[in-house]
Amino acid sequence: MYDFNYHRPGSVDEAVGLINEDAKLLAGGQSLLPTMKLRLAQPSDVIDLGGIPGLSDISVDGSTVTIGATATHASVAASSAVAGAIPALADLASGIGDTQVRNVGTIGGSVANADPAADYPAAVLGLGATVHTNSRTIAADDFFTGIFETALAENEILTKVSFPVPEAAAYVKFANPASRYAIVGVFVAKTSDGVRVAVTGAGGSVFRASGMEAALNANFSASALDGIAVASDDLNNDLHASAEYRAHLVSVMAKRAVQAAGG
Amino acid sequence: MPNVSMTVNGKAVSAEVEPRTLLVQFLREKLSLTGTHVGCDTSQCGACVVHINGKSVKACTTLALQNEGAEVTTIEGLAQNGEMHPMQAAFKEHHGLQCGFCTPGMVMSAIDLVKTHPNPDEKTIREGLEGNICRCTGYQNIVKAVKTAADNMGG
Ligand SMILES: Cc1cc2nc3c(=O)[nH]c(=O)nc-3n(C[C@H](O)[C@H](O)[C@H](O)COP(=O)(O)OP(=O)(O)OC[C@H]3O[C@@H](n4cnc5c(N)ncnc54)[C@H](O)[C@@H]3O)c2cc1C
Ligand code: FES
Ligand code: FES
Repeated sequence: MYDFNYHRPGSVDEAVGLINEDAKLLAGGQSLLPTMKLRLAQPSDVIDLGGIPGLSDISVDGSTVTIGATATHASVAASSAVAGAIPALADLASGIGDTQVRNVGTIGGSVANADPAADYPAAVLGLGATVHTNSRTIAADDFFTGIFETALAENEILTKVSFPVPEAAAYVKFANPASRYAIVGVFVAKTSDGVRVAVTGAGGSVFRASGMEAALNANFSASALDGIAVASDDLNNDLHASAEYRAHLVSVMAKRAVQAAGG
Repeated sequence: MPNVSMTVNGKAVSAEVEPRTLLVQFLREKLSLTGTHVGCDTSQCGACVVHINGKSVKACTTLALQNEGAEVTTIEGLAQNGEMHPMQAAFKEHHGLQCGFCTPGMVMSAIDLVKTHPNPDEKTIREGLEGNICRCTGYQNIVKAVKTAADNMGG
């Protein structure tokens, strides 16, 4: 790993003030540090968010679950408040990587990183969550913009994500057996504004399957998805799975998620 | 160079480190605690697992400086008064190792697992050790050892 200057700010404002063109924010480090070890990233400054009080708070009021940026996957998985309000979200967190990754990896790092195979982006888009930063709020539909790309500006810090509580929801993934990243993961949510279906792992970025949403709005049952598939043209094709296989998995995972959500 | 202080196996330690020093390098190279192993450079093998403030963490994927003020326990800190920890004893009893390279990390992860699941079934044990890779044993005896240790630890 190349050397860098290390900073441990005590507040979000202080952290924002330290950002420069070559700096990187550090949360759990479970994506950033492996990248730096392989010398695929070479920040001049590393700004550790781990010392900012209150940034990992989890709160639930009647209709919204709010999770602070540095809340670990393990703390979300273990939160009885989250499990009570949106069991699918706690369940998703409990299936990320392994125990040691979950003990330090954070929701903010996962969402900001926008790995095409990451789990949290499916919940953010599937539940129609709102991403909060130090300067504004961003709707999930506008947040994920490409492979490892989001609407976050360079000097912007994700502070929390708020998830509206759905009527029912479930997340089902076909995991890579080694890393547990999603080869394909589908998050289905039945909300007062209709059904949302978000797909991760399959494409360059998490996306909504609108054909499936329309079918499920008419009839919220797995059989409503018979014969409905996403096009394989733009899907990922790699050593783990071909694009055609991923398209097939999207339908299978979507049906399982609908069933798990009670449809 | 910045300074880092923490408690390792009950002892206060302090040293100057380069910011890029990983916790595992700090333990092995500065403190000569070479029981914590490095088996990969992709954060996947778990040979480096230690406890930080009671939770199992991959010491190869956290900076020493991130752990300022932390309580760290390594495999060397488990035995008390010359007596092996029940998890170590169970690995010995069930022959839960062959070459032993993965063993320190396995034992540290397994202790965290039994703390969160005092009475784990086989599936829970296998899922709980997802982050630890063993090239030798085929895991059967590791699972047996963890089950025995959980029973002996009062689960
Ligand atoms: C072995 C292994 C298995 C894994 N398996 C899975 C899996 O199955 N599913 C899955 O989804 N993930 C998986 N991960 C990734 C893991 O979930 C990471 O924790 C997560 O992707 C990044 O979170 P972090 O807190 O570790 O972020 P970091 O690694 O610290 O940061 C990641 C990126 O986000 C930026 N960032 C961090 N916090 C903020 C913030 N608040 N605001 C703006 N930018 C920020 C950083 O600058 C960096 O670019 C795995 C990782 C490993 C090592
Ligand atoms: S050395 Fe392989 S996970 Fe740490
Ligand atoms: S005993 Fe050899 S790697 Fe596990």
